[in-house]
Order: sequence, then C-alpha cells, then structure tokens
Amino acid sequence: MSATYLPPGLPIPVPEPNGLSAPYWEGLRREALMVQRNPLTGVFQFPPQWIAHDTQTFDIEWVEVAPKGVIYSWTRAWHPVHPALKDVGPYIIVVVELPQAGRVRMLGNLLGDPRQPVEIGAEVEAVFEHHNDAEPPFTLVQWRLAGG
Amino acid sequence: MSRRSLRGAVAVAGVGETAYYRHGQAPEPEFVMCLKAILAACGDAGLDPRDIDGFASFSNDRNDPPSLATALGTHELRFSNMQWGGGGGGGAGAMANAAAAVAGGLADCVVVYRALAQGQFGRFGQGSRANTISGDSALTNPYGQMSPAQYYAPKAMRFMHEHGIGQEALRAIAMASYHHAQANPRAVMYGRPLTEEKYDESRWITEPFHLYDCCMENDGAAAVILVSAERARDLKQTPAFVLGAAIGAGYRVHSTQAGFATPDLASSHFKTVAKHLYQMAELGPKDVDVVQCYENFTGGVLMSLVEHGFFAPEEAMDFLKLENLVAPTGKLPLNTSGGNLAECYMHGLELQIEAVRQLRGQSTSHVPNVNVSLAVAGPMVTPVSTIVFGSEATL
Repeated sequence: MSATYLPPGLPIPVPEPNGLSAPYWEGLRREALMVQRNPLTGVFQFPPQWIAHDTQTFDIEWVEVAPKGVIYSWTRAWHPVHPALKDVGPYIIVVVELPQAGRVRMLGNLLGDPRQPVEIGAEVEAVFEHHNDAEPPFTLVQWRLAGG
Repeated sequence: MSRRSLRGAVAVAGVGETAYYRHGQAPEPEFVMCLKAILAACGDAGLDPRDIDGFASFSNDRNDPPSLATALGTHELRFSNMQWGGGGGGGAGAMANAAAAVAGGLADCVVVYRALAQGQFGRFGQGSRANTISGDSALTNPYGQMSPAQYYAPKAMRFMHEHGIGQEALRAIAMASYHHAQANPRAVMYGRPLTEEKYDESRWITEPFHLYDCCMENDGAAAVILVSAERARDLKQTPAFVLGAAIGAGYRVHSTQAGFATPDLASSHFKTVAKHLYQMAELGPKDVDVVQCYENFTGGVLMSLVEHGFFAPEEAMDFLKLENLVAPTGKLPLNTSGGNLAECYMHGLELQIEAVRQLRGQSTSHVPNVNVSLAVAGPMVTPVSTIVFGSEATL
C-alpha cells in the first residue's frame, strides 16, 4: 500500500505568488488546519479570500480549527482523468463540513477501502498526509471516519 | 416609465449548424466550421451574411468577432460580446446578450455562435497536466477532483440524498435524450438507442453518474441569428420571439473548482435566475410546452427542472419517467433533438436551435402546438443562464 491515498504525479499544490493561501498550506505542513476568520464578526470563510464577505473589510485573521468534520457530500471516481490515475480507481472524494468553523467546507479523500459505503452526515477526522518527496514538499488534509 | 424587458422585442430569424462529429473527427479547422455554421444560419433566415453587425459567444470561444467579421466581409462591426463563464452556462446568456444588443439599438443583426474542434485544441473531460497548481484548483486537483463530472457529482449526490431521489430519475433523463436522437439524423447517437439495461450496466464515471449520464464531447459548429421582431416577421422563417432571459447564480457560488464551498451546494444555480426569467416572460412553468435542458450531467437536469418549477423535488421520482419526457405525448417533452447526450455537445447551442425548431414545427420530434419553448443552459456552472421563446400568439 502506498504511503499516500493517491499515487504521486498529480499536480502539486503551491500557494499563489501573491501568498493568499500560504497560511493554509504552511499550516498543513505543521499539521494545523487553518481557515480565515473575520475579526470583526467571527465569521469564517474558506477557500481564502482577500476580503471578508460579510463586512467588506480587508483585515482578516487566520485561525486554527479543530481537525474534524462531517461528510456533506461525496463522489466515488472511477474514470481516470489524469495519467497518474490510470488503473488507480475507484477513489472517494468527500466534501467535509466543519461545524466548529461556521460550517465552511473542505475537500479530501476518504481514507480506507475505496469501495466502502459512504454516509452523508458521518463524522470524520483529519489525517495530515505528508508528501515530503514532492518538489516542493506539501501536505494534504485527508479524512477518515471518526473513531475508525 | 415602461418596464425594462426583452419581451417580444427580438426574435431568432435563423439557425444553422455544420454536421456534428465525434470529438477529434472534424474534417476541417474550427474557424472554417464556425464560418459555415454562420453562413447556414444566414441561409436559413434569408439574410446576407455581410449584414451581420454583431457577434456574441460564450465559454471563451476561440473564434473572435474581428476575425469572423473580416473573413465574412461584414460591412461594419457594432457589437462583440463574450459571456463570462466556462462550460455551457453561458449559452442562453449569449443569446440574451445578443437580444439585449438588438433591443438596445447597439446592433441590428447579431449572430450567436459556438465552434469546437477538440482534435485541434484538446478535450474538456481531462485533468490539468501542470506540475504545480495554485488557487481553487490546488484545493481539489491533488485529491483527484479534476474534471467537470467530478466537480459536479457531489452537488447531485447531495440533492438526491436530501430528497430521496434514485438513479432511475437520472436514467429517465438519459433515456429521453437517446430516444429523441433516434429520430434525428443529425444526432451523433442516431441509430444507437439506449435501453434501461444498457444504462444500468454502463460503467461509473463518478458516482452518481454512469457513462450515459455524461455529455459527449464533439466537434462541429452552430449559429443563431437574432434581429428585431419587426424585421424577423419579414424574413423567411417563422420568428421565435424572445419572451424572457436571465443570467446569474445565487449567493456566493464560487468557481467551479471551489464549488464544494458554495453554501447552497445541492443546486443547479437556477433558484434566483428562473424567477427573473419567468418575471420577464410574464409566464410560469405551467405555460411551457417543451424544454431543452442542458445535460452536462443528468443530475444537473434534475435540479434545473426542479428550480424552474416543473415539479417539487419530492415529485421527481414520479415525474422523471420516460413516458412523461418524450415527444409528442409526454407531459414535458425534454431534449427533443437528443441534446448534449445524444445529438451533439455543441456546448448547448444545439439546444437553443432545437427550442427554435420546436416553435417553427421543424423538430424531428415535433411537439404539437408549441407556443412556449424553454432552453436552459449549463446547470451547476457559474454563471448559468436560461431563455424562453414564444410564438406570435404569445405576444
């Protein structure tokens, strides 16, 4: 079994040159799940934006949130759409909602048997998947069933 | 002060297309096909191509108006317009933009066009080959979410979960398109019928989408010409009057790539848009005689039909049965040319053409006595768009 859920060869995530999402990616490297929050209202937002959508102010803070969530939706992908995924499928993509962070959502793979039944509403916890051999190295947040 | 509206001011005077091909099989360059589709639409309308003074397209079509105007020898160029948004979400939007240009006096004769030669330029349903990736795509591609089917599948999955909708509903949508394609010699899937068994046994692309839930990818070109209502009445064809059109999306819909974050995930994005459509058209879903609804994926059709008010989500399993969706007898004949699934994936412009043909009585699966004909573009994409055409009797 590979050390990562999907094999190497997929595009490597890097922050934009302007650094908008850098705190998120740097957080994952140290196993911290970081999202943006409006310091005026406490409203969370993700993916990162330059401006707080509720007050239209540019002062936004990054905060660490608990690495757990709930499966909001999902798909099991069978058809390979990239050479690195040839003969890899199926694999499960989950949309995870973070109730403790204003119900923002993130994506990830659901670790474990790729043919397992997937239940919307199931509680999941984050697994930080390090890709240290990539150039540049990066970390993905992945998800597994809570207590699993 | 009169209410601002397109209703009855503009009409489709001509439609045209090239032959439709499987992807990569176009025998000529994309630009040439684009010109041929425009010329076919001019021929259909009985218009001199040199009188076209406006061009409108969508989905970053590669054939730009100055090049087309130059090649066609048009007398002057007064309107050149690109509707933002990838995929087919802008198909009705380009029609609306063209209609608005004519109604507002910016141009007199606007052609809406789309041309695709994927052998020449590459395909849609494949992921990025970049080594590194940033922005919204960086949050999805490393998880193997890279194609439109994979981006939109969770939207349909959530909707089906919330409302107890089974695979049979999606299957009926696919069957309707294939059923109608069997009567349409233009259709790429003409002579290739689909059965329930064949659907059920087909491979998953990404759940809940089987192979037959996904649009084809094709080569070809299509064009539609819009002029003022008065002028259209003097031309060759029965005019298809624009009754209403609307473009947009709801609250904070995000990019396709970050679509997972859209607050109202389980939506085709027509909740707000359909309201504006019906308001401008001064009619409602009960008045619609026939529907062309863009099938990027059948789940998008399901949500679009709900959000256009044809049935409640809880009624989907009863409503979405093949007998209700086929011309001429179904309650709501759907995708009567075969659509993106079985006629041709011309990014939905072929659906705009079919909506016009239904009003003219020229469809290969004609619905009797059509007065109101709806064409919905690119569900789940952002922004989406939708347009409704009417006969003279509706004005």
